[in-house]
Parts: sequence; C-alpha cells; structure tokens
Amino acid sequence: MESVETSVKTKDALASRIKKAATQNLGPEDTVLVWPNLVYIELVSMVFSLAILLFLAIVSPAPLEEMASADTTPNPTKAPWYFLGLQELLVFFDPWLAGVVLPSLIIVGLVVIPYIDTSPTGKGTYNFSDRKFAVFSFSFGLALWYLLIVIGVWFRGLDWSWYWPWDNPYLHRSATAVTLVDLEVLLQSALHLPETPLLTMGRYEPTAANLLTWGIFLAYYVVGLTIPFLFLRHFYRRFGFIRYNIMMFLFLSMMGVPLKIFLRLMANIKYILVTPWFKI
Amino acid sequence: MKKTFDLIYGFITQTQLYKSVFRHGYPSTDANRALIMFSNVILHLHPVRIRRGALKIKFTWCLGGLTFFFFILLAVTGVFLMFYYVPDTRRAYQNIKDLGTVIYFGTLFRSLHRWAAHAMVLSVWLHMTRVFMTGSYKPPREFNWVVGVILLVCTLLLSWTGYLLPWDQLALWAVTVGSKMAEASPLLGNAGPFGAEIGMTVENDVAFALLGGTMVGQSTLLRFYVLHCLALPLVATLFMAVHFWRIRKDGFSGPL
Repeated sequence: MESVETSVKTKDALASRIKKAATQNLGPEDTVLVWPNLVYIELVSMVFSLAILLFLAIVSPAPLEEMASADTTPNPTKAPWYFLGLQELLVFFDPWLAGVVLPSLIIVGLVVIPYIDTSPTGKGTYNFSDRKFAVFSFSFGLALWYLLIVIGVWFRGLDWSWYWPWDNPYLHRSATAVTLVDLEVLLQSALHLPETPLLTMGRYEPTAANLLTWGIFLAYYVVGLTIPFLFLRHFYRRFGFIRYNIMMFLFLSMMGVPLKIFLRLMANIKYILVTPWFKI
Repeated sequence: MKKTFDLIYGFITQTQLYKSVFRHGYPSTDANRALIMFSNVILHLHPVRIRRGALKIKFTWCLGGLTFFFFILLAVTGVFLMFYYVPDTRRAYQNIKDLGTVIYFGTLFRSLHRWAAHAMVLSVWLHMTRVFMTGSYKPPREFNWVVGVILLVCTLLLSWTGYLLPWDQLALWAVTVGSKMAEASPLLGNAGPFGAEIGMTVENDVAFALLGGTMVGQSTLLRFYVLHCLALPLVATLFMAVHFWRIRKDGFSGPL
C-alpha cells in the first residue's frame, strides 16, 4: 500500500517536473536554430584550433631521436608528458603503487563521482558555493596531478634529480648524503622495542615495531572514516553508509599521496609499512 | 550575370542527381535549416533547435567538440602516415626518417599528428574538468560521465601506443618505463605484490602479454601498431557514438 502511494507520488513529481521543463526550458522563444547559430561557433573553433596546430607543427616539428637501441639507456628516461605525474610518484612510491594501484584508483574514483555526488544542486552552472566539498576534492586531485607533471617535465634531469631551469643539465648531481629509513626502524629505536619477531607467518616475521606501523597505517583510514561519522553527522547522512565509505576511502587515499610525499621530504621516511610482499 | 547564375543553380538543383544527394535546399530558410539537420548524418549529431544558454562559449568552451575534431584530424593525418609506415623494427625508424626527408608534406603531417595528439589529451582533461565544474555529470547524465572516463582511458592508451611507433630512443624508453610498471602490477605482474606467489614469471605476466615478449621488441611494435591504428580507434569510436547519442537524448545541461 505504502509503495503504491510512493510510486504515485513519484509519478506526480515526475509529471510536474516534465511540465515545468516543457514550459520553462524548452519554450520555442528560448531556443534558436542550430544552423547557423551553433554550427557557426563549431566551425570557427575548429578553424581556429587547426590554425594553432598548424602553427605549432611548423614552428616545432615532431622530434626524432636516434634509432631505438637496447644498448644505450638515455638519462633521464622519461615517459610521455601525460604520464610524468605517475613517473614522478615513483620517487615516493614503489612501482605497483605509483604505476598501477594509484592510477587505477584515479580511474575508479572518476567513474564513481556521479554515483557518490547525488545532490542535484549546481547542475548546469558554474556553482561552487553550494558544492564546496566536491569542487575542493576534484580541484585538489587535479592540482596534484598537474603539479607532479610540471615537476616531471621541467624540474627532473639526470638520474631523476631535481634541476632548476638555470642549472647545468649535463652536470650530474653529487650523491646526496640523506639516508632514508623505514618508519618501523625509527619506531624501534625511538621506543626501544624488542627486535625479535613476535609472530612467524611463512616469510613474514613481524616485530612489535612492524605491527605498530600496521596500526598507524590502518588508524589513518579508521580515524579518517570515524571523525566525520561522529562529528559531521549531516555530512555523513548526505552520503549514507555505502557511498560514505567508498567516497572517504578514495578521498583519504588521495590525501595519503601528498602526506607520504611530505613524510619522505621532511622526515626521510622511505616506507610507512613493510611486508615481504609489498611496501607502502 | 545574376540571372544566368540563378538559371544554372536552378537547373542543377532540379536534377535527379543533385536531389538524390541533397535532400534540402540551401539553408537560408528556417525549413531548410531544420531539414539539413535531419538529412545530414554529421549534422544529425545536433538537434534542430537548441536552448539559447547552451550556445554560451563560456559554458562549454567548445571542448567536447574540439576533442572530437582532434580525433578526426588524427584519423586523417594517421591514414596519411600509414601509407608510409611498416611496423618492422628494421624499417620503422627509416620510414619516419623518410617522412622528414623525401615525402612531400611528410614532416607537416607527422607534426600535425603529434600536436593534435597532445591537444586531444589536454582537451579531454579540460573537457572533463568543465563537465565536473558545471555539475553536468548529475542525473540523468551519470552514465555518460562513465563513458567519458572510458574515452579518457582510450585517449591515453592511443597516445601511449603511438609513442612507440617512430622506434627511436624516446619511443623505446618511454614504453619501457610503462612496461616496468605493468610488471609491478599486484597479482598480475611478476615483480608485483603476490605476483610470484600465484605463479607469475617474466614469461606469463601482464607485461609479457602487453609487450609480446620479455622486452620491447618486434612483437611489441606490431602489437602497439595494431592497437594504435585499429583496435583502440574502433573502441573509441564505439564509445564516442554512445557518448554523443546520450548527449543528443539528454540535451545540454547548460544555463537558460
């Protein structure tokens, strides 16, 4: 009985929406003919962009280096520019993360956007004030992506070292004296934890410090998920359980990238978490 | 003079041949402007009428349309390049050299192909940013956003596979960087987490499938050539058809 009522209600709402759309948006006085109005804009933009491309093609022709040879490795070896953000991440993450898991998370994250952000506000306009969190998250990821590409393209030289534009690009940087340590080594010496393994699971023999790093790693996600759940109830309710968890996992993973970069640069930490199979 | 011209024009447009090709008059009247949209397959991607607000350049920045234009441009220049290219490691590099030395407009077409590829990657990114910022992925357009993400992946794969074809040092090592990452895939790569545990070796993992061997070589070049010139453009075209169809059905999300 209830479901029938709801469906009638939805139908009514839909009917009124269609009526509204028909009278407001699609009235003949609001529309113009596509030919010539839109076709003209398209033609001009195509001619204009073709002119720019022709200009670039003549001024800066496609490069051709020496023939491919497995014997000589260029230094540095750079991927195409649109993948240089991922290659730059190799400085801070192992290849399985930088090259496979993180890009996959980006793709998955992009795909789920419309199913996470179901609020109808701001559709069809540049409206940022009513969707601050969505616009912030997207812009943050985008800025990170472009920043890493810019670094990879213009600030990385021999041996993937940092080169300013005014540095001699043919001069090797002297090897840096910085030694990177894993978080568990830091914790072990700082807290005087025992070095003997607590457990034995095949190749994996975790020490107390190693288990502590597991705790820290998981706590990042657990605390990150719990705080908005407890203290930003309206934020949580807006998404619901499933959407909230998927969205926050992706959001925290995205935020984890600059966090790990920060820990590497500021505290010389190589890995947060070390296991025989993978290191993060 | 004008009389003669009108007479000739009138005669031509009355012939069976002309009328069999063009089913509309010159689009100077509203009726003919509507008819041209119905009877021309390319123009049929558009509706006959569009809301005034959707015309605003500052809303779409023409980015989706330009991406499609770059794709067409890449197809045209790509077909030209295919006439002069053999995906053989002993010949490919010389073929590209020939484009720059002995083939008329060879450099121009190759450079245009390369710049259009850069432009397409960038315009896809900017188009997605625009669609996000205007909230155009919201219902009923959720699935079209997903199709758009698939097209983004197609674009990047097309660019990346094309990168290998000149068979120069830039090409070989850029693709080598990528294949190292494939080797490190969790479960599917021999150097990735749990890869060795489930039996991945250099000769059966995902990098092997991608390269057709354990290193970038002849099989890789052929694979990338087929993917670049045939398989990926077909997939992209299929999803583009869905993408445009959905836009046509749902209309622009643009302002009034």
